[in-house]
Amino acid sequence: MKVLLTAYLVFVGFVSLHLFQNKTKAESIEAGAEIYQDFCVQCHLTNGKGVSGVFPPLQSSDYLLENVDLSIAGIKYGLKGKIIVNEEEYDGVMNNQGLDEEEIADVMNYILNQWGNSSDDFVTQERVSQIQKSILE
Amino acid sequence: MKHLLSLVFFCSSITIGCAQENSPAIETPTTSNYTYETVVDDINIPWGMAFINEKELLVTEVSGTLYHVQDGIKTAIEGLPDIYVRGQGGLLDVALHPDFKNNSILYMTLAATLDGDAGGNTSLYKAKLVDKHLEEVSLLYKATPNTKKGQHFGSRIAFDNEGHVYFSVGDRGNRDENPQDITRDGGKIYRLNLDGSIPEDNPFVSNPNAKHAVFSYGHRNPQGMTVHPKTGAIWVNEHGPQGGDEINEIVKGKNFGWPVITYGINYSGTTITDKTKAPNMEQPFYYWVPSIAPSGMTFSTSGIYPEWQDNLFVGSLKFEYLERLVIEGGEVTKREKILDKVGRVRNVKEGPDGYLYIGVEGKGILRIIPKE
Repeated sequence: MKVLLTAYLVFVGFVSLHLFQNKTKAESIEAGAEIYQDFCVQCHLTNGKGVSGVFPPLQSSDYLLENVDLSIAGIKYGLKGKIIVNEEEYDGVMNNQGLDEEEIADVMNYILNQWGNSSDDFVTQERVSQIQKSILE
Repeated sequence: MKHLLSLVFFCSSITIGCAQENSPAIETPTTSNYTYETVVDDINIPWGMAFINEKELLVTEVSGTLYHVQDGIKTAIEGLPDIYVRGQGGLLDVALHPDFKNNSILYMTLAATLDGDAGGNTSLYKAKLVDKHLEEVSLLYKATPNTKKGQHFGSRIAFDNEGHVYFSVGDRGNRDENPQDITRDGGKIYRLNLDGSIPEDNPFVSNPNAKHAVFSYGHRNPQGMTVHPKTGAIWVNEHGPQGGDEINEIVKGKNFGWPVITYGINYSGTTITDKTKAPNMEQPFYYWVPSIAPSGMTFSTSGIYPEWQDNLFVGSLKFEYLERLVIEGGEVTKREKILDKVGRVRNVKEGPDGYLYIGVEGKGILRIIPKE
């Protein structure tokens, strides 16, 4: 019985390790860099500064760094309407980019730790999966 | 000595000028003789539009809705094919068959997966609009291979007066393989007969390996297309990299150079190529440095705006205005901001009533009206 239980626990542990993200933070950031180049750079630019009044900055962005869950929701569901970033108002549309949850986690970890940004938050795929659209309302 | 100094100063100012921006410089008029009214609101990204008549139009929303609009009320049309929504991809342009009044046929470009690998690529569909749904939906062209890349699907649709439909597909984020290779899709302007068959006089039909629908190549991401009202030529604008957005007058079988020649540089600031010219590669009709992120394009032909007769209009996504370009003697002689800061202008069309209509992100469709 004990052997069975141990075997079961090992099995569950193994499966969940593979079901959920098992990347390290560094690996996630690296994967996120690629997503960023592909989906974000046109507007938020290579330096993460965006375009004042049009595309909000990610570098030193109070909105991003102080609202990690809201930022995840913005990427996951798209973002529309007025937001204030570093005391400047933005009233645009960011469409849902069609990224999967792992890709969203990766790109979040990238932008949270790039251009001098740094965050103790490690965004996992599981956390992304739990973010509901309703937090944007 | 004084002369020499001024000469040096003169030369260096020219060099700096060229490197920094292309003339003519954009002007912001101090007074405006026009304003706008909202035709339909609350459409996130109004990508394409097509006018059924003076009261009804169709509008695409990129995440996958085709709207019928009348009296400011929008109704989603049913029966669309599956759409691959990722990055810049989704439901893109819509256009009516030249004989739509009699056959109710419309054309759409959209990102699709269909068969093959995960991901998607641009496709051209034809369908019949019956009441508020689509019937006889048929695929006319599907670019391959699928890719999960988020960039450069194109795509605009236009018709010439000789029974052809044209559409664009961007380089799909693979500039090293797609645009210069006529045996691959992507980075091309395509031409088909209205029924989707390949015209016998398409430029590459005699090459067994070529994509026979290709009409011109070496493009990056064309998101504006219109027919010149006098010459009948297909005019296209395309997003360059940073700097180097272009207007091109499309000529059958020609190579428009991307990425071998360009006036732009990478977003990161590194160079793509040091060449802006090369043999057998077309120069753009006009190029924008800095980039305005052009989308949509039309000529104003109606006379409703007397000062704007025959001018070219292009939406700027980046700087959030409609750009008016005056063309004289085969070149752009003046550029002006219309409706500065109106929002990201995704599309511009001349309606059957002669007014200019623009699609603005986060807003919807606006009509530009002269002030009384």
